[in-house]
Amino acid sequence: MNDPIWLMLVKGVLVFVVLVLLVLFTIWFERRVVAIMQVRPGPNRNGPFGLLQSLADGLKLAFKEDAMPRTADKIVFIAAPVIAVTCAFTAFSVIPFGPEVSLFGVETALQLTDFEVSVLVILACSALGVYGIVLAGWASGSAYSLLGALRAAAQVISYEIALGLAVLAVFFQSRLLSTGAIVDAQAEGLPLSIGGFELTLPGWYFIILAPSFVIFVIAMVGETNRAPFDLPEAESELVAGFATEYSSLKYASFFLAEYVNMVTMSALCVTLFLGGWAAPFPNSWWPGANEGFMPLIWFFGKVLAFLFFYVWLRGTLPRLRYDQFMRLGWKVLVPISLVWLMVLAAMNIGLDTGNGLPTRIAFAGGAAIAVMALIFFWPSRKPYEDPAEPDTGMGGFPVPPLDLAVPPNPRALKELEPARTGAAPDEDAAAATTEKGEE
Amino acid sequence: MIDLAQSLAQGASVGESVFFWILAPIALGGAIGLVLARSAIHAALMLAITMMCLAVFYIMQSAPFLGFVQIMVYTGAIMMLFLFVLMLFGRDSKDSMFETLRGQRFFGVCLGIGLAALLAAGLARAVSGLAVANDPAWATGAQGNVEAIAEALFSTYLFPFEVVSGVLTVAAVGALMFAHVAKKGGVRGQKVHSRERFAPGVYPGPKPGPGVFATSDSTATPALLPDGSIEPESLSEYVPPRQLTAAEAAPKHTEGRES
Repeated sequence: MNDPIWLMLVKGVLVFVVLVLLVLFTIWFERRVVAIMQVRPGPNRNGPFGLLQSLADGLKLAFKEDAMPRTADKIVFIAAPVIAVTCAFTAFSVIPFGPEVSLFGVETALQLTDFEVSVLVILACSALGVYGIVLAGWASGSAYSLLGALRAAAQVISYEIALGLAVLAVFFQSRLLSTGAIVDAQAEGLPLSIGGFELTLPGWYFIILAPSFVIFVIAMVGETNRAPFDLPEAESELVAGFATEYSSLKYASFFLAEYVNMVTMSALCVTLFLGGWAAPFPNSWWPGANEGFMPLIWFFGKVLAFLFFYVWLRGTLPRLRYDQFMRLGWKVLVPISLVWLMVLAAMNIGLDTGNGLPTRIAFAGGAAIAVMALIFFWPSRKPYEDPAEPDTGMGGFPVPPLDLAVPPNPRALKELEPARTGAAPDEDAAAATTEKGEE
Repeated sequence: MIDLAQSLAQGASVGESVFFWILAPIALGGAIGLVLARSAIHAALMLAITMMCLAVFYIMQSAPFLGFVQIMVYTGAIMMLFLFVLMLFGRDSKDSMFETLRGQRFFGVCLGIGLAALLAAGLARAVSGLAVANDPAWATGAQGNVEAIAEALFSTYLFPFEVVSGVLTVAAVGALMFAHVAKKGGVRGQKVHSRERFAPGVYPGPKPGPGVFATSDSTATPALLPDGSIEPESLSEYVPPRQLTAAEAAPKHTEGRES
């Protein structure tokens, strides 16, 4: 990466513009797709197909009054959305969009920057982005915000572990920590011979590292606070969670950060597991598919597929209860990741040394552990037991007695203002009904 | 930082020195702010700033892996746990300035200065004779940054590493044991809850929503304005309004069982 400074600036601006446009598009896309899933039209007024709806919403938000609660901690209250947005945008700088191309007469990779450990930049940025949410909740001086912030802190710490372990498997397999190099490493096919039939599978890691891929996708939804894991801003429980007290551009910043994070996590997943910018078919079909600016199509196509997946999840699944969510993270995702990493390490050592024994041990051990886990954790339902004690009603739940005498109508007790209309309430109601009928 | 200052003296690159002189005051300011901040959260944020500056120093000194791991582990996870605990104390809790031991502050200052002097002297002795390696082996590409750390961690320092990980695990399990409170009695099931809710003398209906100045959530009960008068808009045309009798207006034990 030895670009001239002007080219770096151009690339930085391009990444920023691409992200902002993608965010505007994603908000519209999400609303339209959810609308189709719920059999209604969705936003369709501003621009062709309602495409300018998010732009209009953004402008409206910018002109809203910027309110700050009296109990707010002023500096932290203002700093929190800045932290969230900065971290979200920074993380995207190491995502490779395509191979080396000639940009304004200079040979350069379609990537802002890349170095030895660039995957860690994304993980570090997502770790720092949580500060934005947590500080926003704390600085607002409101109970709902604080609850949202506490949930966000606990949620992101626990799902970061599962996410990190899933990414570790990619590091194990490729022995690289650089995003560009990981994409290159996936370009080689995976030769496989089944009963003398030679077959070349694509070398994308979601095939070899299928368990890690599944765990990564689940943890990625948890990490970006999206449905069904949107507990920090659960609108039916916490108003808007950490963003309750925010308005105007500050609120828009959180919105922006959330959608940028969605795009970044999708792009990271594509880079690590789905071959990055490589075309989704063998190179022999179309030799020029992976050269020049063509890979941009494959890359953004894959990212859009993930964004659709996010929207699909939101349209389909109800929000998890908090304890179920934590149980899924700590008792399912993390142990499975750990066992899978052990198996993977043993297999790799076996393949390295050319000695089949560790591989066989790993396979046998892994299979044994998987079978044991299946037996022990097979979801079972307690069979219904008839109640031991005599019950008053249906299955022990209190129900009204069968010989229930209906109590007298409480309205007959005392009228509030009998002289107001000069008529008995029943006649009043009847008159109102006829009036309405005449209209 | 002392290493860095020396390498600056020996002619480091311009970018490096610019970053050093920008970040070093910020790191020191964060450290001083940590001590002086009144609110615990502000102190934690100052510490996070210092840690971030240290991480950038690591990256500048050709140790990007160490720098990013510092951000992920210390700033991202450990400080976040600190914040998590501190936020539970509430925003307005401040350190009490009351001296529980007599002369505590005086001895504290003395010991603090002593510790600082000891650390400074030790550090100065340790790094005074060191030559700064301008291009170490892992920076020239012969051996990567990550491989170099891994080799040091899993060969030379394997035993201390394992011991530390064991001690940390024991500490975590111990903390869990201390914090764990066994549940008293069995779990009360849905049936039990349901029976208690419908027990005589307990009002089983939902409570009025927050902000409603009413004794009942019946549609026949008019809403009251903050001054106690009746809001006319809330009177339905079809439901004749009524005042509650004293018995009806009395608290219905909606807060739970009778005590």
